[in-house]
Amino acid sequence: MCGIIGVIDRKRALMDGSSIRDALSLMNERGSGEGAGYAAYGIYPDYQDCYAIHVFFDNLVEPKSRVEEMLHKWGRIVHQEAIPTYEQDGLKKSHIPWRYFFKPYSDLMAGSTTPEDDVMKYIVMETNSNIQGALIFSSGKNMGVFKASGWPEDVANFYRIEDYKGYIWLAHNRYPTNTPGWWGGAHPFNLLDWAVVHNGEITSYGTNRRYVESNGYTCSMFTDTEVVAYLFDLLGRRHGLPEDIVVKALAPPFWDEIDNMPEKEQELNHAIRLTYGPALMNGPFAIVVATHEGIVGFTDRIKLRPLVIGENGNRLYISSEEAAIRVMDPEVQNIHMPRAGEPVIGRLNI
Amino acid sequence: MSLGSVPLKYKVTIDREQCMHCMRCIDNCSYGVYHKEDDRIIIDSRKCTACHHCISMCPRDAISLKERPVDYRSHPLWTAEAREDIINQARTGKIILAGMGNAKPYPVIFDRLVLDACQVTNPSIDPLREPMELRTYLGKKPSRLEIDKKDNGDIELKTKLTPNLKLETPIMIGHMSYGAISLNAQLSLAKAVEKTGTFMGTGEGGLHEAIYPYQKNMIVQVASGRFGVDINYLERGAAIEIKIGQGAKPGIGGHLPGEKVCQDVSCTRMIPLGSDAISPAPHHDIYSIEDLAQLVRSLKEATEWKKPVFVKIAAVHNAAAISAGIARSSADAVVIDGFRGGSGATPKVFRDNVGIPIEAAVASVDQKLKDQGIRNKISVIASGGIRNSADIAKSIALGADAVYIGTGALIAMGCRVCGQCYRGMCPWGIATQRPDLVERLDPEVESEHVANLIRSWTLELSELMGAAGINSIESLRSNRSRLRGYMLDEGTLDVLQVKPVGA
Repeated sequence: MCGIIGVIDRKRALMDGSSIRDALSLMNERGSGEGAGYAAYGIYPDYQDCYAIHVFFDNLVEPKSRVEEMLHKWGRIVHQEAIPTYEQDGLKKSHIPWRYFFKPYSDLMAGSTTPEDDVMKYIVMETNSNIQGALIFSSGKNMGVFKASGWPEDVANFYRIEDYKGYIWLAHNRYPTNTPGWWGGAHPFNLLDWAVVHNGEITSYGTNRRYVESNGYTCSMFTDTEVVAYLFDLLGRRHGLPEDIVVKALAPPFWDEIDNMPEKEQELNHAIRLTYGPALMNGPFAIVVATHEGIVGFTDRIKLRPLVIGENGNRLYISSEEAAIRVMDPEVQNIHMPRAGEPVIGRLNI
Repeated sequence: MSLGSVPLKYKVTIDREQCMHCMRCIDNCSYGVYHKEDDRIIIDSRKCTACHHCISMCPRDAISLKERPVDYRSHPLWTAEAREDIINQARTGKIILAGMGNAKPYPVIFDRLVLDACQVTNPSIDPLREPMELRTYLGKKPSRLEIDKKDNGDIELKTKLTPNLKLETPIMIGHMSYGAISLNAQLSLAKAVEKTGTFMGTGEGGLHEAIYPYQKNMIVQVASGRFGVDINYLERGAAIEIKIGQGAKPGIGGHLPGEKVCQDVSCTRMIPLGSDAISPAPHHDIYSIEDLAQLVRSLKEATEWKKPVFVKIAAVHNAAAISAGIARSSADAVVIDGFRGGSGATPKVFRDNVGIPIEAAVASVDQKLKDQGIRNKISVIASGGIRNSADIAKSIALGADAVYIGTGALIAMGCRVCGQCYRGMCPWGIATQRPDLVERLDPEVESEHVANLIRSWTLELSELMGAAGINSIESLRSNRSRLRGYMLDEGTLDVLQVKPVGA
């Protein structure tokens, strides 16, 4: 279940959200009307040096003042506003989406190689686990996540997604199976620049969760996809591993394959499995992860969920269904399916 | 006035219609239950230990054995066992010895944990058709990898991994020394672990020459007595284990009676013939975690840092803090031995009353290491009361990397858990050094039985993992979300970090 789609324009040409909305709606059979969402990169050029913090507030009194108290302690709010929304008949508004453009004081996080990111990460973890009535669901720079409980077109129209223009888009149509359908549980999941859409269930969640938690992350959203964002942040940002190596850690080759690799490759893959065993993800999944530099899509090691790739010029599409890609781009070419665990990477080339 | 004797424990009878007077029961019983009087087989049930050797060897199935009915006044507090222990101690003034594991009816936590299975949305994985990975590496792992990505895309690995033990299944055989068990029993186990790609422990009895061919599958033990320990011994092992404690007797040492120290045991243990081998309760060079760390490093230095070093402790209430200390030493794995762990000989009061269950100990060790962000620095091995593949799966889900089995492997060789190991008369040829009994055990045959046990448990483990939608053992480790507690109290659930059924 769940439908996912992602697109990148490698030359950073901007796309508005209308076509991805239509593509996602095509996959309504994969959803249940209990969650949909979009992530777009390059949408806040006026505030590109600030972290764009998207928050669901239950009300604008107590939780909001507590969040702002924390933001004031750790940095400066450059601008804030309610995220514009437009009532939809099919969507019941449960939270108030708000956004801050925020600059942290980097000297407050001594000893970190990425102090601003670490300040931001701290604020997200602290808010989501300790401030009742507030949930930060997006915290990257020049990007934003827009999500809610509802059908894809209702969620898109609620945020009027076509008003945003980005060079990377991710979208997700949710069919919740083992956790409640609520706004925070809708995808994409995000931390800093990492945004994740996921189709599947991660049976290794207990292990992965304990691993990220022992590295300073707090899982507070009752769902398995959350850990994927944190795993990418831990391995990609903090450990500095390139995305193809991160994918190798999360969906590694089988030991039989490793045993048959040339010596140097074998040594590397052996080291990855030993070191990142608790990050290995099991279960059926197809995942697309984005940062401001590109997207990467991959499936579980025995490919229990579909993933289709398409290209057209500078554009790379990754989706659950070919038909969804064709809705976005009828001229799409080079449609193919990656092998299990094989990462498909689309990077900016400017 | 004399205290008299306590009533017999078992009642043995022979179906005289069936019996063909082959006298095999007389030959088979090392405890002297049977003897011959004028062509008639006479039974002395008082000597019976319920070892079942006579029953299993009787060609006519003529022998039957019953636990004797309670003939004391029934009393909930003053059980027959409590009264008999007092009578025996009043008579002797000695500590009561016991063999095998804790025999008290504590609730078994394993039996109150249930595993999860997939339905529809996350498909089960069929181990007959899909790869299932149980390969396990024991040892230190780095907390992160340093790599160098060149402009041409080449990747250079800068992190150097420390040596790990490679297991094809997370099931190992725990330490049972030559002395406590026979050479044939050790040989059977050694052949079995070689066949199944796993490891066994030597115990503190040294390494007999006959085991040398299997040394690549042996974990050599350094206990407080240092029996059989020299550089040759250390170098022969695939890994070295320092034994601090044992689940069946936390806080006390070991004792192999001089009667069992025959020529072969004397040579292997490097002690005088016929002398008692007493290992002290503490290592007399270890009085702190720092001292332990020094011994770990000394052993590593002696073996040129080529072998993993494990530290075995008994499951006690502060096992978690101790394990965190061990993780910060150069040790590669910590072995936690639960209070149901087996024993060749131990004071009964220890076996039945000291220590904590392995389930709780492993969970709290895993939690502590996780909280301190050092779980990856060390492997965790669980032992003590593992009875089947489900116990193994649950141990791993609670945080173990691998398990040691002991009694289970002995049962595969015939042991009927009669609990008389300390008497050295084991009729199955396992816990004895008596040559006529030892030769009853054929290492070729019994190694296949033990290997079969490991294979079947490995297959069952694969099926359990597949049912949970997991195809790699790493993803079962510490995976509390695949467990639910059934009829467990809130406090225990909290220690185990497991949700109740239905949650």
